[in-house]
Amino acid sequence: MKGKWILLAVLSLPPFVGCKREQRVFDPGACGATPAGATVLNEVSAGQPPPQGAPIGYQQSAYTVAEGKRLYQAYNCVGCHAQGGGAIGPALMDSEWIYGSSLEQIHSTIVQGRPNGMPSFAGKIPDYQVWEIAAYVRSMSGLLPSDVAPSRSDHMPASVPEAAKEKEHPEQENQQPVEGPKP
Amino acid sequence: MNEQRARLIVEDSPSESPQLRAENLARIWAEPIGFWGWFKAVHHTTIGKRYIATSFGFFLAAGLLAGAMRLQLAFPEAHIMGPDLYNQVFTMHGTVMMFLFAVPMMFEALSVYLVPLMVGTRNIAFPRLNAFSYYLFLFGGITLFAFFFVNSGPDRGWFAYVPLSGPDFAPGKRADIWAQLITFTEVSALAVAVEVVVTVFKLRAPGMSLNRIPVFVWGQVVTAFMVIFAMPGVVIASTMLLLDRTGSTQFYNPAVGGDVLLYQHLFWWFGHPEVYIIFIPGTAIVSTIVATFSRRHVFGYMALVLSLIATGFIAFGLWVHHMFATGIPQMSESFFTAASMMIAIPAGTQIFCWIATVATGKVVLRTPMLWVLGFFFIFIIGGMTGIFVASVPVDLQVHDTYFVVAHFHYVLIGGAVFPMFGAFAYWFPKITGKMMSEKLGVWSFWLFAIGFNVTFFPMHILGLRGMPRRVYTYPAGAGWTLLNQIESCGYILLFLGVLLFLINVWRSLRNGPIASSNPWGAGGLEWATDSPPAPYNFLDLPTVNGSEALWDAAPDQPVVVGLHEDVREILTTRLMDAEPEGRDEFPEPSIWPFVAAVVTTALFIGSIFRPIAVSIGAVPLAIALIGWFWPTREESARRRERDIWQKNA
Amino acid sequence: MMALVTAVPGFHGPQTPLDPAGPQALQIEHTLFLIFWITSLVTAIVFAVLTFGVLRQRSKGGVPPVLELNPATERRATWIVGGGIGVTVILIFVMMISSFITSHRTAVLANSATLKINVYGHEWWWEIEYPNGEQPYRIIRTANEIHVPVGTVVDIHGTSRDVIHSFWAPNIHGKKDLLPGYWNDLTLEVDKPGTWRGQCAEFCGLQHAHMAFNIVAQSREDFDSWYLAQLKPAAEPQTTQTIHGREVFLSHPCMMCHTIRGTTANSTVGPDLTHIASRSTIAAGTLANNTGNLMGWIANAQSIKPGCRMPPNPMPSTDLNDLVAYLETLR
Repeated sequence: MKGKWILLAVLSLPPFVGCKREQRVFDPGACGATPAGATVLNEVSAGQPPPQGAPIGYQQSAYTVAEGKRLYQAYNCVGCHAQGGGAIGPALMDSEWIYGSSLEQIHSTIVQGRPNGMPSFAGKIPDYQVWEIAAYVRSMSGLLPSDVAPSRSDHMPASVPEAAKEKEHPEQENQQPVEGPKP
Repeated sequence: MNEQRARLIVEDSPSESPQLRAENLARIWAEPIGFWGWFKAVHHTTIGKRYIATSFGFFLAAGLLAGAMRLQLAFPEAHIMGPDLYNQVFTMHGTVMMFLFAVPMMFEALSVYLVPLMVGTRNIAFPRLNAFSYYLFLFGGITLFAFFFVNSGPDRGWFAYVPLSGPDFAPGKRADIWAQLITFTEVSALAVAVEVVVTVFKLRAPGMSLNRIPVFVWGQVVTAFMVIFAMPGVVIASTMLLLDRTGSTQFYNPAVGGDVLLYQHLFWWFGHPEVYIIFIPGTAIVSTIVATFSRRHVFGYMALVLSLIATGFIAFGLWVHHMFATGIPQMSESFFTAASMMIAIPAGTQIFCWIATVATGKVVLRTPMLWVLGFFFIFIIGGMTGIFVASVPVDLQVHDTYFVVAHFHYVLIGGAVFPMFGAFAYWFPKITGKMMSEKLGVWSFWLFAIGFNVTFFPMHILGLRGMPRRVYTYPAGAGWTLLNQIESCGYILLFLGVLLFLINVWRSLRNGPIASSNPWGAGGLEWATDSPPAPYNFLDLPTVNGSEALWDAAPDQPVVVGLHEDVREILTTRLMDAEPEGRDEFPEPSIWPFVAAVVTTALFIGSIFRPIAVSIGAVPLAIALIGWFWPTREESARRRERDIWQKNA
Repeated sequence: MMALVTAVPGFHGPQTPLDPAGPQALQIEHTLFLIFWITSLVTAIVFAVLTFGVLRQRSKGGVPPVLELNPATERRATWIVGGGIGVTVILIFVMMISSFITSHRTAVLANSATLKINVYGHEWWWEIEYPNGEQPYRIIRTANEIHVPVGTVVDIHGTSRDVIHSFWAPNIHGKKDLLPGYWNDLTLEVDKPGTWRGQCAEFCGLQHAHMAFNIVAQSREDFDSWYLAQLKPAAEPQTTQTIHGREVFLSHPCMMCHTIRGTTANSTVGPDLTHIASRSTIAAGTLANNTGNLMGWIANAQSIKPGCRMPPNPMPSTDLNDLVAYLETLR
């Protein structure tokens, strides 16, 4: 009779694969909240040293990606990139990436700005929010798993919802070298 | 005596001794044993016991979640739980209590176990469907809790209003899990509803005409019909929600002509009758226990049955009183005020009838009766506060405050949990064959009743002092702290009351005194068989002479004879007068309902992540259903034989 | 029941339907008490009959045999039950009619509204707008604080920018939902000057608990002067400290969400801060508006209102001091 309990336990395992997806961290800590790319006068900061490279988790949590989507509207990214189809700025939902498709590359594109119109948001947006926006930008071309990417929004439908987007494999060939931050 | 019944009774009169027949019947109706046997069981007492244990387990789990909430609310601006966890906890508490405890316990569990016994037949109609419904309910509950433990518990309230639960404002899979849990419980409740209706309409003991059906059974039939009419509302609401979330449909998107209020109308079309789906079985239990412990037939049988039916109808005309604040036109609000107040008339009729029963009977104050008396006091207060929320202007003030929390806990705990504990104390000897301790029972009753009032009465006052519902904390200066702390203390008493009840159950199961077949001297048919009932329920299928079968039985009350006892054969009777009509054969135990439930579970959970799972899952499901209904050669032969017999009859 | 209700002190307060500050809340309170007295009386009688019946008919020994029914008793009981049902019907009608009358009386005010205020629900704050029909550019936009003149009928015209919220100031009137895709109107009038608290009454997500607002009822003159002050752009900073504070505001994430009219900050994602110092609370009624709370809120709003839209803003303490000093000049 023990067997049936084991069977039930096994049957209840599947949800455990989705732990990260539902994570909601509201307070990113002092480092995460410091505006990205702000001029730092003093390398000593309170708390833990700032993490190097892309923090883990931004692309795994549905909440951070949804926050990214909200901030994409709030910070008026739509003004140039529209709902991903592009207008003044390049499209974000296709396979073409001028400055790279990785999370880190998108992060630096937002923080440093790029020639021909992309402004620098250095010092304007808390670091963790930049990562959230970057994660959302990746979801626009279907680069995130569909259970993490946002579904349709409560607006006029302008494009296919990110969760239903076919994956656009980034084309690496026309990628341009990323310039470092200007002194 | 009717000609046809007489013929049925004289045909093949039993030649063997009762003992031999009992052994034979036990062999034919035996539940399979062993590991796989557990999954093959189809008898209603087996499935009914599992339903009772499982839904009571969910009651305990949701009760512990309530304790977590009371801990958080015991202090203003507390940081014991964050808002994210609190929202999950209160959503889980509501969802589990409503969908995994109240409906399964009050309707499914009790009717699956008791209705076939009370109408005097050998098993519930569609026994394999019954097993399927149980597994689906179990898997739905396990799924919900499994997701909750990995931080994916639903967090949008048990009502999951759009757009808060919609694709734009509820990232992740939490709301999808809620929507699919609804589907699990819908399917299992609908399955049981169909079984109950057919069991009562076609399988009653000869002589149990409509005006002799026990009030409990009437209550469950009314409930079953309400389930059948109410559930489609929430089926549609939650399916459209799921489609909006995963399939990018626009049902609830106001920007393109969708409507957020559509969801509320559909949800409350189900949600309000839901309250009566929970409460009508409670009143049915009360009618039964009151009659037994007042030592007389319940006063006003006809009035009681008609008020049950009236409640069932009016319950579908009240849903808008959950939406008075949404800006519904004043004229329609007035209509729903009238309908909401009107329901006080059948409810009042029932209460007056019970009081008349008590006041003209001889009251035996045993534990079941104590719980029922507790029900009277609690439920009447809950009903009276219901008039406040039925009145539009007053509702606009108390709606979505703790006043409403108090109101529905008085109605639901008073109307369902008190009768449920009464039912446990009352039918425990029948189900287990052991008596419960009277002393522990009285203690747990008083702890629970006092704890309940200490916990929930102050909520009325909190609501009138402006505290809204579903808040994870409150400011220190609002004057709500003391009352909240009193409530949190009351929870401890409630907890102890339930704990004592569990101890009582455990002790009685181990070494309680053996129960006779009818320890309370009650009148229902379920007391005519052994405690616990044999797998064939009755050695001789009974006939009935009155609404309390045992009290009204003639000294030489005949029994049904002439059914084949070498197969699972049962007698079918006519709807109105319960005259014998024919015979039918019930299916053998089978593994297929379990397999079908596993496949359906995979399909439901899969559809949260990929809509295509519905199509893919349909294939194994079809295979399982084919296995389920695959006939054997002998069964078909017997069916043909019965058809010929029926035609000649 | 009544004894218990009155025994608990504190039925006067800024957020209770039992301390009416307007004609509608007063009407509703009357109906509430009518229903309360009727139901209390009925409950008391039913309880008494039930208790009496149980005690009188209690069986002392074991389980007695089933009773033979006495037709005379049954007939008498039928009359009593029938009478009870009749009384129930009559009382239900009394309460229903009273409820209809109150509904009507609270609704007729709608025809005489002279001041219109737009309210938009946001996750988790209230955007308040005073439209101006004649001069559409002279609009006041503020947050979480509604000023109304005493004795004036006001039309609260509301909708939601995201999920469903419910506008509820219990001392003044019942609640009305703010629904995306719908405009709802709630007409109200405040008779008693003072500050009345309201709170969101429809579950709206993480910070539903911290979504309050104030209704400030003041004399016509006070209201008019408040109104004119609100129309002005933000005060220019005068000291070096406040000038630096404004620089901090404009060079930090603050300006990505907030508006201060008269500066380059003009985003409408968060509350308008043009006259932040004139408001008595911050964070939708969560904290009193004072220097310490402002600093804490700016430094880490997430520790106060987890999940809210305001990000933590770690900055050197001099910057924070100057920023708050600047905000406090925005009267």
